[in-house]
Amino acid sequence: MASIDIKNVRKDFGPVSVLKGVDLAIASGEFAVLVGPSGCGKSTLLRLIAGLEDASSGEIHIGGRRVDDLPPRDRDIAMVFQSYALYPHMNVRDNMGYSLRLKRTPQARIAEIVGRAGAKLGLEALGERKPRELSGGQRQRVAMGRAIVRNPKAFLFDEPLSNLDARMREQMRFEIRKLHRDLGATSVYVTHDQIEAMTMADRIVAMNAGIIQQVGTPLELYDDPANVFVAGFIGSPAMNFLTGEARRGETGVALSVGGKAFCTLPQAVAVPEDGRVTIGIRPERIRIGVGAGQAVEAAADLVETTGAASVVHVDLAGQAMKIFTTERLQLSQGQRIPLAIEAKDVCLFDPAGGGRLR
Amino acid sequence: MSATVSLPTGSRARRRLLMFEPYLYSAPALLLVAATTLIPIVIGISYAFRNIMLLDPTSGDFVGLDNFRELLRDASFWNALKNTVVWTASCVGFQFLFGLILALMLNRPFPGRALIQATIFLPWAIPTFLVGMNWSWLLNPAIGPLPHWAYALGLMNAPDNILSDPDYALWGPIFAGIWWGTPFFAITLLAALQSIPREIYEAAEIDGAGGLERFRSITLPFLAPTMVITVLLRTIWVANSPELIVVMTKGGPADASQIVASYVFTQAYQGLNFGYASAVATALVLLLLVYAFLLIAIRQTMLGRR
Amino acid sequence: MRGSPRVRLIKWSLHYGVLFLFVVAALFPLYWLVKISLTPNDSLYTHSIDLWPATISLEHYATVIGNSDFLLFFRNSIIVSGVTAIASTLLAAAAGYAFSRFVFRGRYWIVGVMLVTQMFPLVIVITPIFSIFGPLGLTNSLTGLIIIYTAFNIPFATFLMQSFFDGIPKELEEAAMIDGATRFKALLQIIAPLTLPGIAATMGFCFTGAWGEILFALLLNSAASTSTFPVGLLLYSTRATIEFGPMMAAGVLALLPVCIFFFLIQRYLVQGLTAGAVKG
Repeated sequence: MASIDIKNVRKDFGPVSVLKGVDLAIASGEFAVLVGPSGCGKSTLLRLIAGLEDASSGEIHIGGRRVDDLPPRDRDIAMVFQSYALYPHMNVRDNMGYSLRLKRTPQARIAEIVGRAGAKLGLEALGERKPRELSGGQRQRVAMGRAIVRNPKAFLFDEPLSNLDARMREQMRFEIRKLHRDLGATSVYVTHDQIEAMTMADRIVAMNAGIIQQVGTPLELYDDPANVFVAGFIGSPAMNFLTGEARRGETGVALSVGGKAFCTLPQAVAVPEDGRVTIGIRPERIRIGVGAGQAVEAAADLVETTGAASVVHVDLAGQAMKIFTTERLQLSQGQRIPLAIEAKDVCLFDPAGGGRLR
Repeated sequence: MSATVSLPTGSRARRRLLMFEPYLYSAPALLLVAATTLIPIVIGISYAFRNIMLLDPTSGDFVGLDNFRELLRDASFWNALKNTVVWTASCVGFQFLFGLILALMLNRPFPGRALIQATIFLPWAIPTFLVGMNWSWLLNPAIGPLPHWAYALGLMNAPDNILSDPDYALWGPIFAGIWWGTPFFAITLLAALQSIPREIYEAAEIDGAGGLERFRSITLPFLAPTMVITVLLRTIWVANSPELIVVMTKGGPADASQIVASYVFTQAYQGLNFGYASAVATALVLLLLVYAFLLIAIRQTMLGRR
Repeated sequence: MRGSPRVRLIKWSLHYGVLFLFVVAALFPLYWLVKISLTPNDSLYTHSIDLWPATISLEHYATVIGNSDFLLFFRNSIIVSGVTAIASTLLAAAAGYAFSRFVFRGRYWIVGVMLVTQMFPLVIVITPIFSIFGPLGLTNSLTGLIIIYTAFNIPFATFLMQSFFDGIPKELEEAAMIDGATRFKALLQIIAPLTLPGIAATMGFCFTGAWGEILFALLLNSAASTSTFPVGLLLYSTRATIEFGPMMAAGVLALLPVCIFFFLIQRYLVQGLTAGAVKG
């Protein structure tokens, strides 16, 4: 078990910068999730930690030891690949025991360790099978087993669940989490799926365009996003963004959308010179009906329901907005509905740089 | 590679060694190719400007362009040049035509396809020298049926061996070449055909395109790049390959069936005149270069027009 | 194939008819070779163009096998082709692996050089190689032929091996390297076992390439003791008194290793030929 420290790491592929100076400290025993859209550099960062790629500059420390110039085999880490990368010509037991065999561990000891890991993952009956004879979920488990027999300083996961179907993914999410609780090993988990990030992480590292956008617990990122990217990426259905105007008045900062009053924020909030702002509000924080806050009128467009809840698409002064509700509503197209919006649920962003206005 | 283990960890040495790794893997192959192909090509071209007779130790002088002057006056060379065009065009043309027909017919599943395909591809696996010998036996009236059949059909005045007829000798190797090379085109074009997504044909059929229309508007455009590349590369390869001619006619009778490549070989093998053989070979290289540049130029203008 | 039953019948008859012609054309020369090799001498010339032999005998095969020269040629060819297949596949596997897995400076040029050597007429190197090999004692030597054949096979074999390596995900080595293997160990223990069919196919291609080569074999090795089978057969066919029966029996024997190879690697033919399209 060890901490991982990344100091000002850059990675260029020719003229293309994939990582533009990354600083990150992952505490010992922490489950950190790197999340972001494809091409954001999260996988490259993971491969740098693993030693599968060399950083262009910067330092990587694992357990206080600088590892930049160590080959992967000397970094004492284990990795679970998206494709699982099980050795096709070896059976499950040999797949899991390969790293121990390379370390010249005695046969009996290998059998014992592999047996214990297999039991933990429910693979006892599959020891003789070849990878091609396993289901997706079983392959995933073998890949995990191969990682835990190493007893490494850190686990690296590269989108390990993206080849599974939705139900299996839910199941494995839970199992990986439980395994982490049992082993307590430092883990770095890469995914493009924000639900995986939210449900699994101790801390989320949100990345975009080779830059870390925000680091924090799932709820910190959800409730208090640092910029438009994080606000839009985390949460489903995604946060609504409206183009609006902010004018400072007697009672506070008055927000309007398309000339209609939207909500009034406290005086403390910063507002750009020209008053143009991006207003962010999460779909489940909008209530339909007249409440304590200001009422805004919108036109209903379409209702999507999953049974448990519904998403109502509405039109607010020409801008589309989604509302998430557990009420079952019968709305006809064009029907006018009042919306209650509270000031504490509104995030303001600078339309120019996308940064949060506080 | 095992040397990495002993290196001090954390040093920059590993990174430097890693940079060498791909060269370590590719160096043996590259060095051997360079030593036995690249360097001899350069030496071979230099021979073209010298007077080198194999069994004459006093030879070896630098003679400038003498060999090339002789070449321009050499009727056999000009005939070989003409034959090279006939040989290459007929071989590649017929191989392509038959290969395309086969590929189209083998593209759809039908009972017995696997067996028919394996049988039709078999000639490609036969070593060239044996192809040549086999065909020269077939054309030999003493034991081969072909002259007798041609005579019976009225194609020949007598069941003679065309390999000893100066006017038709080149056609013996051409027949053998077509027989041997057709499977190559069939397999390549078949592979290209099978990579065309079935949905495109289905969509075209739903849109009302008939069989010919589908061939014209889907098959041909999809196949065109493979066709062009294989034909062009095959042309170079066939023009460069004298084996069938060497085996079947040795370029005879009296150099009548010589192509430039086989002329080089017979000059070196029988004449032992290395200087002159190299000059002929260099001329062949120049011709191929001209061919390549023409192709590139045509490609550029076609791209430019688009 | 749509249309009325009548039209469909005509279409299918045409389809099979044309294919039948192709099959006959492909097989006939080989059939004739076998037929003559099995026809005993007494009926060989009198019934030379009968489609079916009146009597069958193995006497020509006995003559060939009893002829020590052909056994020697066969042995020489097996040695030359076998060593060539192993050597060129090993070197090509290493180079093909580098091309498949690494992006490195000069890669483009190395590939270019290999392609160019394939475009050059081989006849231009005949005289220089003869002059270089002579003083080194590599003419009239099996080693000389092995060196030449290995070098000529390498570019094609490299592209072939590269295509096989490209088919194996690079995550497998990465997993092995994380598991504690060096890259070389990962190559030997993880990648090589998975490439075995490809290695076998490449060896087959190189073996047949060397088995059938005749120009360099003719020029470099004039002594009977170092002649390969093609040279032996060709020189036999130009002797004053030609015995067609034994010659064709020898031809059939020359076909044997090649046919074995053909049926073993048939399913790799397409891949070989696609790489061959690059080779030209």
